[in-house]
Amino acid sequence: MAVKAKHQRLVLLLVALVVLIGAGLLAAWALRNQASYFYVPNEIVADPPAPDRAVRLGGMVEKGSLKTEADGVTIAFIVEDGKARVPVTFQGIVPSLFVEGSGVVAEGRMGKDGTFVADNLLAKHDENYVPREMQEMTAAQADRVVAETQ
Amino acid sequence: MHGFANPARFLRIARWLMPLCMGIGVVAATLALYWGLFRAPPERLQGETVRIVFLHVPAAWLGMAGWMGIAAASFTELVWRHPLAGIAARGCAVPGAVFTAVCLITGSLWGRPAWGTWWVWDGRLTSMLVLLFLYFGWMALSQASEASAGGHTRAPAIFGLVGAVNIPIIHYSVIWWNSQHQPPSITMGKSAMDGAFLWPLLAATLGFTLIFAGVVLARMRAILADQQAEARLRRKAMSEAAF
Repeated sequence: MAVKAKHQRLVLLLVALVVLIGAGLLAAWALRNQASYFYVPNEIVADPPAPDRAVRLGGMVEKGSLKTEADGVTIAFIVEDGKARVPVTFQGIVPSLFVEGSGVVAEGRMGKDGTFVADNLLAKHDENYVPREMQEMTAAQADRVVAETQ
Repeated sequence: MHGFANPARFLRIARWLMPLCMGIGVVAATLALYWGLFRAPPERLQGETVRIVFLHVPAAWLGMAGWMGIAAASFTELVWRHPLAGIAARGCAVPGAVFTAVCLITGSLWGRPAWGTWWVWDGRLTSMLVLLFLYFGWMALSQASEASAGGHTRAPAIFGLVGAVNIPIIHYSVIWWNSQHQPPSITMGKSAMDGAFLWPLLAATLGFTLIFAGVVLARMRAILADQQAEARLRRKAMSEAAF
């Protein structure tokens, strides 16, 4: 009899766990858009937010796109996600990890001319951790080292 | 499994296992931190600030592992009613909460130089903060149910299982949702992290995990000793009252 009660509890608990995990996954799935911290350029271009709405735009700073404008304090660059490109302007101090070819999250508003005007820039670092010395290697050398670590 | 559930046998094993875990853990963590903080090279983009990873990642892992321990113990408690399961869950709670707090603090200190902000409300950071609050809630509930008649551990066990839903959410938060936090560098059998950082990180993770295990064993012994002392006092009071 005791064994039976134990098995009953085990089955009940396993069923409860499956239901619980299912509920958690469903909730996370329903949140998949709302819980994102920023929009990617593709979403901004496909469905532009209202000009006065504060939004975050995240993506990669396109290589060779970063330049300082004539007034000397405004920087302009392009954020891309491989599908779309959004020009961004910003006045202020940039985080030290903000470089071309790296990730960025820009907080600001979409201007009427299709340029994103950022109030604040946050750098986003990716999952790759490479020692500084490897930067001076040729691309082929670095690739070989990376291939060895994987 | 049933053998380990016997408190007397557990105490015999824990007596030598606890100092062993602690000793090896402290030596491994110290060496790994020395390696990471003084010997590892600066990172390509982040420079010297990358070194905080050697504390941040082990703390994050143990914050989550602590709750997984609570959940596993809760499951055992609810199904098999092992006398040690509830004690094991209580042993995991405090070190788990401490490591979660260490993860949040080191993450914040890292976020300022790396991202340009102390805190953002993205999926990863928010779900990790929720984990800390779950620990606080669990500890309060566990204490309250212990104080109530008979020391019921059913309610904290159910809470421990339900709260475990947050663990996969923490893990997948950076994969499901766009986030400020980076996606995982180390996945099954693959590492986007160079060996110069990976090895000290793995050593630090091993060291802190052993320290965590040692703390859990020490806390379980203390809880058992507490219960024995209380039972002895109660018996004494009963026999005195009989005179």
